[in-house]
Amino acid sequence: MTEPELRDLIARVKAGRMSRRAFVHKIVGLGLTAPFATQILAHAGLAQPAPQGDYKPTKAGGGGALKLLFWQAATLLNPHFAVGAKDQEGARIFYEPLAAWDPDGNLMPVLAAEIPDIENGGVAVDGMSVTWKLKMGVEWHDGRPFTADDVVFNWEYASDPATAATTIGNYRNATVEKIDPLTVRVRFEKSTPFWAGLFVAGGGMIIPKHLFEPYKGANSRDAPANLKPVGTGPYRFVEFKPGDLVRGERNPSYHVANRPYFDTIEMKGGGDAVSAARAVIQTGEYDYAWNMQVEDEILTKLENAGNARGRAEIVPSRAIEHIQLNSADPWTEVDGERSSPKTKHPLFSDPAVRQALRLLVDRASVEAHIYGRTGVATGNFLNNPERFVSKNTTWKFNVEKANRLLEEAGWKRDSDGIRAKDRKRLKLVFQTSINAPRQKTQAIVKQACQKAGIDIELKSVTASVYFSSDVANPDTARKFYSDIQMYTVGSPSTPDPELFMQQFVSWEIASKDNKWQGRNPMRWRSEAYDRMYRAAAGELDAGRRAALFIAMNDMVVEDGVVIPVLNRRWVAAMSHKLKATLSSWDNDFWNLKDWYREA
Amino acid sequence: MGRYLLRRLLIAVPSLLGISIVLFTVLALAPGDPFGELASNPNVPPEVAAALRAKFGLDDPVAFRYIHWLSAMLHGDWGFSFVSRMNVDTLILQRLPATLLIIGSSQVLALLIALPVGVYSAVRPYSIFDQIANLLAFIGFSLPTFFTGLLFILLFSIYLDWLPFVYRTDIGATGWQWYWEQLKQAVMPVAVLGLLQAASWTRYVRSSVLEVIRLDYVTTARAKGLPERLVVVKHVVGNALIPVVTLVALQMPALFGGAIVTEQIFRIPGIGSLLISSILANDTPVIMAVTFVFACLVILFNLIADILYGWLDPRIVYG
Repeated sequence: MTEPELRDLIARVKAGRMSRRAFVHKIVGLGLTAPFATQILAHAGLAQPAPQGDYKPTKAGGGGALKLLFWQAATLLNPHFAVGAKDQEGARIFYEPLAAWDPDGNLMPVLAAEIPDIENGGVAVDGMSVTWKLKMGVEWHDGRPFTADDVVFNWEYASDPATAATTIGNYRNATVEKIDPLTVRVRFEKSTPFWAGLFVAGGGMIIPKHLFEPYKGANSRDAPANLKPVGTGPYRFVEFKPGDLVRGERNPSYHVANRPYFDTIEMKGGGDAVSAARAVIQTGEYDYAWNMQVEDEILTKLENAGNARGRAEIVPSRAIEHIQLNSADPWTEVDGERSSPKTKHPLFSDPAVRQALRLLVDRASVEAHIYGRTGVATGNFLNNPERFVSKNTTWKFNVEKANRLLEEAGWKRDSDGIRAKDRKRLKLVFQTSINAPRQKTQAIVKQACQKAGIDIELKSVTASVYFSSDVANPDTARKFYSDIQMYTVGSPSTPDPELFMQQFVSWEIASKDNKWQGRNPMRWRSEAYDRMYRAAAGELDAGRRAALFIAMNDMVVEDGVVIPVLNRRWVAAMSHKLKATLSSWDNDFWNLKDWYREA
Repeated sequence: MGRYLLRRLLIAVPSLLGISIVLFTVLALAPGDPFGELASNPNVPPEVAAALRAKFGLDDPVAFRYIHWLSAMLHGDWGFSFVSRMNVDTLILQRLPATLLIIGSSQVLALLIALPVGVYSAVRPYSIFDQIANLLAFIGFSLPTFFTGLLFILLFSIYLDWLPFVYRTDIGATGWQWYWEQLKQAVMPVAVLGLLQAASWTRYVRSSVLEVIRLDYVTTARAKGLPERLVVVKHVVGNALIPVVTLVALQMPALFGGAIVTEQIFRIPGIGSLLISSILANDTPVIMAVTFVFACLVILFNLIADILYGWLDPRIVYG
């Protein structure tokens, strides 16, 4: 077989005139191996078949308009400036990363020809570098070819502090070099088992060098392309009104055959989550609504209405609603700060109190009566993907046992029924953000604690204050000026839990010294944990690394550093006809090219 | 007249400065910062958020930031949105058409209802028509827009399925179809705002017509044997509307300010929804620009109302 013949075959597969299987058959018939055949296809930009393999449309276009509703609107379209997930979603319509995370937390190639691994030589054995092969024949919307120069430029652009990119954290600890026009190598400063931090998913979208090069650094905000994106994605830019509307049209030269299905796309922003759910599920004005932070009761009611046109799409995520126990003393001021890491919590230094609290959170009721389908009771802090989930932990709700534990530890009931020991009374302040499900959960915990002789004072803080990094405000979650507090972490999150488990290491303790920017508000400190974390950060064997993360999870859970309550799920509303796969490890639009509507 | 104008304009300068200082200080003291969301994202290291704050000057002292803002504003630079990373004036201009269309039509609707109903009620006080109009007016202005808005959505969008409740600026139709779609989506917000305004204006028109209709010159006109229509239209209404004109003029800044609640409910991309989303995102330059322009318009229209008054009522002399 000559080269032109081979190219012809590849072209046929590309155009959908020949199946992948027929191609592999033909190559194997020539005496080559099947993996080699798939590799040829991969390098020709025909990586793996669609993940679910159930993309039905047989040609691109013809799907009409895709109407998407976001109750928080995209305010900018340069992915390197994205402040929240909403901005990434807006940019994701036009831009693509090298690879995306599928629902199971596996990488799927997008602009890469294949996913690097040790077998194909993409990932260095010492973990010091990763080599990406880029897909051939990809074009920017303006017709210019997509090459390794673009990829290298994105690293230069984002890692320059003067650009003020929000993605700088992904890019600054690596160097990126071009090997050939379709190959780039990422070099790390130290052995990095998790190499997919850059060029991947929402934070890894690639912008074109030819349009952004003059605007690298301090004048980044002047780039005209900030407002008129030119990407490689399935839809081309039409119109953008910050805070209101993003519009696109089908990209006729998209690099995946038969895609996308829709002719136009419209992302409308504003309003509130409940009415967005209504517009999709009840009236059918829109096809999809993002991030349904709506109580399950309301969603179910809408879905069960006679003429419902849509449904709530619920997918697993890592987000964990949990209760944190303060290791420091929030009620004594040391060196001008409360909850100083130098102090010990007067009550929680007794392990019996921590263990009793673990028994007093009625997770089953919280799940059944408050979160419904949108949260699952769990004993683990680290949930999902499956390979990182501990099987060693259990959770129980048992008031009697909690009472017994406290009694044995010497906490005796006073005349008012509240337990005390050495004149320290079991009175706790429990803070969280203002949010109806959280206040209900607080009430459930308070009730159970009362039965065990623990008095809980409830406190709730406006979310905009509670989650802010405002140094002047005493009510933020990072300052943690109370005994226990509750909120959700882990969304968004990469499937790899390294960054996620960082919130317990001692060098992340939030304090006055780091302006309370540290990620560990519990002020918990454990040599053993720090050691395990450092080991995991350099462990190249995937199995051992997972085992370390599981051990870390078990440690913080069993020690009562945190009490996991619910593993929350990612929820979107979708019309019955819309076919789309969501992944909580990436933007909802991670696979936008495969979205289609069934007749 | 010229001196009067000059004096009023000179007085406006310190009031605007005062307003801007108060606005700026309040915003600077308010909790939260535009990059708060980054703080809870584990992929963004805290230094990055800190560098962004420094780049956009959020860590400078308030007085310094104020002077910086003021001098930029005097040069015609409205500032730069932290959240959208674009100029505030472009952002506002993008939002203006929707606001002008919706609020403008609602004011026109309100006038179209208030004038005839108010005048007719006053001409026949305590008649059945007057009683009913009064009752409706009271109901009208005791119902807040967020309530009537939701009620309309429930009735017309959800039960009857006649009207869309998401306002779109990009209707994909042309010709008559476009106007029809535009009408369908504008009808609910315009009605919600217009009916509320009409209710209160009806009361004003009625009482001011009632006052004039009892004056001696009206009796004289009737005694001359003029037909009732002519008396009302020519002699009563003209004079009775002088205070109403002022009232309407003072309402004009609202055209720019938009209707925060209504815009939010119907997802109208107007100034009001820009203001509320900027407040939620702590996007100070946008909040500052919108509120400040609003303050300027209030002062301007106050002046216009005063001048109009003198023009309509020759008894008033400026000195």
